[in-house]
Amino acid sequence: MKLSFSQEDENFRAEVACWLTENLVGEFEQLKFRGGPGDEHMFPKERKKWEQKLAQGGWSCVGWPKEHGGRGCSIEQQVIFNEEYARAGAPGHVGHIGEGLAGPTIIAFGNKAQQQKYLPGIAAGTELWCQGYSEPGAGSDLANVRTKAHFDEEKGKWIINGQKVWTSLAHESDFIFVIARTDPKSTAHKGLGFFLMKMDQPGIEVRGIEQLTGTSEFNEVFFDEAECDADDIVGEPGEGWAVAMGLLGFERGVSTLGQQMQFQNELNQIIAIAKENGSNKDPVIRQRIADAHVGLKIMRYNSMRMLSSDGGSNKETLIYKLLWSTWHRDLGELAMDVLGPEAEILMSAPYDLTRLQSMYLFVRSDTIYGGTNEIQRNIIAERGLGMPKEPKISIK
Amino acid sequence: MDFSFTEEQQMIRDTAEAFLTEISSSNAIRNAMATEQGYEDEVWQRICGEMYWQALHIPEEYGGLGLGYVELVVMLEQMGRYLLCSPFFSTVCLGANALIIAGTDEQKQKYLSQICEGSLTATLAYTGNNGQWDASAIQATVASQNNDYVLNGTYLYVPDGHTADLLIVAVRNEGSIGEHGISLFAIPANTPGVKRTWLPTMDQTRKQAEIILDNVTLSEESLMAELGNAWPQLNKVIQLATIATAAEQTGGSQQTLDLTVAYSKERVQFGRPVAGFQAVKHQAADMMLRTEVARSAVYYAACVAEEAINGGPLAGELAEAASVAKSYCSDGYFKNAGDAIQLHGGVGFTWEYDVHLYFKRAKSSELFLGNAAFHREQVAKMLLD
Repeated sequence: MKLSFSQEDENFRAEVACWLTENLVGEFEQLKFRGGPGDEHMFPKERKKWEQKLAQGGWSCVGWPKEHGGRGCSIEQQVIFNEEYARAGAPGHVGHIGEGLAGPTIIAFGNKAQQQKYLPGIAAGTELWCQGYSEPGAGSDLANVRTKAHFDEEKGKWIINGQKVWTSLAHESDFIFVIARTDPKSTAHKGLGFFLMKMDQPGIEVRGIEQLTGTSEFNEVFFDEAECDADDIVGEPGEGWAVAMGLLGFERGVSTLGQQMQFQNELNQIIAIAKENGSNKDPVIRQRIADAHVGLKIMRYNSMRMLSSDGGSNKETLIYKLLWSTWHRDLGELAMDVLGPEAEILMSAPYDLTRLQSMYLFVRSDTIYGGTNEIQRNIIAERGLGMPKEPKISIK
Repeated sequence: MDFSFTEEQQMIRDTAEAFLTEISSSNAIRNAMATEQGYEDEVWQRICGEMYWQALHIPEEYGGLGLGYVELVVMLEQMGRYLLCSPFFSTVCLGANALIIAGTDEQKQKYLSQICEGSLTATLAYTGNNGQWDASAIQATVASQNNDYVLNGTYLYVPDGHTADLLIVAVRNEGSIGEHGISLFAIPANTPGVKRTWLPTMDQTRKQAEIILDNVTLSEESLMAELGNAWPQLNKVIQLATIATAAEQTGGSQQTLDLTVAYSKERVQFGRPVAGFQAVKHQAADMMLRTEVARSAVYYAACVAEEAINGGPLAGELAEAASVAKSYCSDGYFKNAGDAIQLHGGVGFTWEYDVHLYFKRAKSSELFLGNAAFHREQVAKMLLD
């Protein structure tokens, strides 16, 4: 075990911090600490421009291999980059679906042509992606996809019909990756295809979902005879599930330390308020703030274990989503309780929330998206502890 | 950065696991816990003679193996997992640590080498009757008389205090308060004026004692660290022991989970193993989460402890790392042990099944060296005052 970084990595840290200090200025100043979870709808155009600035400096897609337009950073350097990025208050990546999901999938499973067509736009920060997985009937039961794809021989294209939901930033995105059923007789995870599609076309319509925050980062996406080029299916028809799930195996949590830095910013804000309004003297609040601090510290140590292991199905990785989402939900409640009656007062009518109010409300989605806590517990019990699955009950 | 075990550390863990499976079976635990001494001489001799565990982290110059605190923690996790009944914790994590941190060269030469040889057990006594675990717990006093020191007072809850050969005792100058006026002495248990009484405990796997010092008269050579100014050293010893306890708790958390999962896969109700019911799976998943999180906290704290002893940039984090680990592991182990009883159903309530042994250890280890609320308050002081 060795917890410190090498001198080379520390030099890299200084380089990142220095670049961010020099460049996160002027028109980008207003983006500081913006665009994170619960705030993703803010400044999308300006954040896209910032993404291009990063790319020009060689700081986009730092974990991608160099031959695909990335920086080829080691795991340690990716961790450092994410930490410094969050420490500097640089804005939430508007292109994170492209950088973190679409790109790596195309690198791992796509063909040469797809890599040449799509990776440069992601790396340059000029093309944004969104993710078409969930459907009204396929939430926790993600394999229950109903969106259909059939190949139209005359047009020489795939034709997609159906609906996706909870698609973040669909209204800002240039492309979407979609899992759809290529074999109409198939069920569950068999017979699916993985498609790369242009958003700007007559067959695709985006409608925002108004959330309990009053804002709309999430959308519904409707496909009515939408078209996808014949070359833009990743893998073979029927292999879509393997492609979609393949990514999970690569996730080693490099982004988690950056996420924790954002959590730290939120906790720091709560501590500052407690000291200001005197709730730091309340023994119950003291216990809860200390508990939040303890939880965040251990989350960091847990991520360090994830990064030092071979990822995937390791136990410390299996528990991570359940751990952070529950911790963050509790932090939202703590924020309100530290604020006291002031917690209720809006910035302005009709429904302009403060950052902590927005966080408090948004965290209720943390325990739902990306696999609910209940699904996480099933996964932990089945994969981590070898406990049996629930028997299937067929409903006629 | 590499936060994973080296091959050597993995080997230590595997060896510990294999040996403990042999010597700390349910029968062995039950035999040992029913005695006043609390352990079998033969088991302790095998640990010292065959395994040399007691010498693991003691520097080579005193006859030890000179390994680090991470290796020690790896071992302690397995000892907690198998509820080892032995004077290992008191001798190594209290006695040897106190000697390493606060002993004079002569004391180290004399006592540490005896510990390494397996001929000496030791413990630390500092808590009086106010139920605290910080400096205010120290109530026994020291007064100078001619060229000697005269010690008086009563200690409670001293681990293996009735059996240890060497007692490290904390005393304060009369009239001093808090962290001021604290001194440490190393005294053989057979020194005149030392009276020791076993305190029977609910958790029978770890023995406690009352120690009374009645005009115990000592010369300069018993004094450790600086007279009247030993709190920083004692505090460090307590923090190192706190991390060691958290490591045992992590092992206990793991075992309550393993016992529960194994039982739930065997136990059939409504025509299927109860392990298949989500109500059971979800509780087991939470138990695994608490175990893994505890492990992350303890391994990090072990690295910090190592640097606190031998130097390094993390040394300054000792107080925080100890409180982070102990607060999480105390609550986590107790919750796991309680859930383990519940998920075992009726048999979990019997004396025959081992679950209650863990449930009882979970509580005694939670209370020892400060419970979760105590350690959260330590953290709160760092953040909020």
